[in-house]
Amino acid sequence: MDKTNKQTLGEKMSDIANRKFMWRGEKYHLGETAAAYTLLIPTLITLIVLFVLPLVMLIVLSFTDYRMTTGQMDFNGIDNYIYLFTSDKFWQAMRNTVFFAVIKLGLDVCLALAVALALDSNIYCRKVLRTVFFSPVVTPVVACSLIWLWFYDPGIGPFNQILGWFGIEPLKWIFAKETAMMSIIIFSVWHGLGYNVMLLLSGLQGISGEYLEAAKLDGATDMQIIWKIKLPLLKPIISFVLMMGIINAFKAFSEVNVMTPDGGPGYSTAMAVNYIYEQAFTNGRMGRGAAASILLFIVIFVLTQLKNKVGGSKEIDT
Amino acid sequence: MESNKKNVPLTIIMCIGALIMVFPFVWMCLSAFKTVSDVYAYPPKWLPSAWNLDNFKAVFDMIPFWRYYANSIFTACTQTFLQVGISILAAYALTKLRFPGMNFVYGFIQSSMFVPTVVTIIPTFFIISKMGLVNTYGGIILPQIMSAFTTILIISFFVTIPNDLLDAAKIDGCGTFKCLWKVMIPNSTSGITTATLFSFLGHWKAYQWPLIVTNSTKLRTLPIGLKYLVQESSSEYQVMMAATLMTVVPVLIVYSIYEKQLVKSITLTGIK
Repeated sequence: MDKTNKQTLGEKMSDIANRKFMWRGEKYHLGETAAAYTLLIPTLITLIVLFVLPLVMLIVLSFTDYRMTTGQMDFNGIDNYIYLFTSDKFWQAMRNTVFFAVIKLGLDVCLALAVALALDSNIYCRKVLRTVFFSPVVTPVVACSLIWLWFYDPGIGPFNQILGWFGIEPLKWIFAKETAMMSIIIFSVWHGLGYNVMLLLSGLQGISGEYLEAAKLDGATDMQIIWKIKLPLLKPIISFVLMMGIINAFKAFSEVNVMTPDGGPGYSTAMAVNYIYEQAFTNGRMGRGAAASILLFIVIFVLTQLKNKVGGSKEIDT
Repeated sequence: MESNKKNVPLTIIMCIGALIMVFPFVWMCLSAFKTVSDVYAYPPKWLPSAWNLDNFKAVFDMIPFWRYYANSIFTACTQTFLQVGISILAAYALTKLRFPGMNFVYGFIQSSMFVPTVVTIIPTFFIISKMGLVNTYGGIILPQIMSAFTTILIISFFVTIPNDLLDAAKIDGCGTFKCLWKVMIPNSTSGITTATLFSFLGHWKAYQWPLIVTNSTKLRTLPIGLKYLVQESSSEYQVMMAATLMTVVPVLIVYSIYEKQLVKSITLTGIK
């Protein structure tokens, strides 16, 4: 008796599951839809709690004077934004970030292209070289920063010793206003180069051999092949590298936080994220930090859109 | 291909470049064994005068290094497990099931990639502190349990599995969930390994969020421990190098074993 009941229940269930319904002119299975949303529950909940909610909170917080220490939260209109726009430190951090992004990306893309083209050509021990160039990427930034902290030591660091061999005056690296940002950039290029090399290399290896053979038959030199065939075909990947590079440059935080915790001499190495961190978590001014985060987000967003429009390809057009 | 003529000058140039790339690691390995007098010698000594292990001992005397190690392993493994698990479920629904609102959900996941986590770190901290999770493992782990990047990576593996396989399994009586377990996952193990590795390495080096959400020594992960070691060892470089070496070596070992998968995942997600 019980059993038959269960069976009918089961049948009922499968009946419901097989039922179809219409949605915007398309037929769907009820059971399949239920299963799909069950599978998506964790994703949707986490996205709402960890993406939508923070985004809304960020906007709200940016109009308050919320402080971490007191926990008090009062709306203060656009005071935070006014504070930021009139704050020298904020503009300094933004300028630093732009400088960092432009110089770093310039160096990075040129070097990565050169290395990728070399790794794609006929040389010995390609595999080992590839592994070596990529190895810093997988190593934690903090660990690498500690090594470079020593390199940049003006007294006992090996960099000044090497400069000495060439008769160059010792530099103060991260301890002087003029060289601090450059030092961070050099570190950053070293650390991130492999990632771009790998992307560009995979693009180069994806170029069909037919193009290259046709060009060779026409008597093109290696240089001509690089400029006229390889680089134009690499455009989409180069623009991707540029886009990732810009976004990552505006996200930079760790290396500066480890090597120059206070933003460096004369605040010369502090980036946008370091400024936000300082405001929100060192000074406890969450409202100001939130406003600065929104401005940072707008910058990143506009840059990304801009890149999508331009295609990021003009710079290598010859 | 005419592979007989190798470019020797270019090889030499590249080897010099490679030397520059590994120089920091070589320096780290050599310096971990240096004595204080080696470090402060002028001009700087490149090789340690004797191979002693005092610096490694000093690391364990100064900081609870094993504790940091365990914290890193625990948080990174939990985050990776949850992230990959949640992504597998979502990817299955988005690639192999038909349901209304699919494009909306996909767009929703994708749009979250446009907002870098650094931007939302303040409200995330606010939410975590309202949940009472500041200074807990939960606080470190929770914000990282979902990654649109991982989901999209796994989607790219799942779409390659032919629907015929699923149909065959369904005829054999597999339900929706059994199909995931018996067909999808076994047929994309290499892809899932790739996503797992990628996710793990990302969590292993996580710095900003653990720095913000914890201030207790007991909860420090390796990167945070290393950062504070700079102050705690009062900039004793040789001790810092010993700690760095112990942090970096496991990563480099994992990397050298799984290099192929890692490179594949970069090129897969990098180029679309």
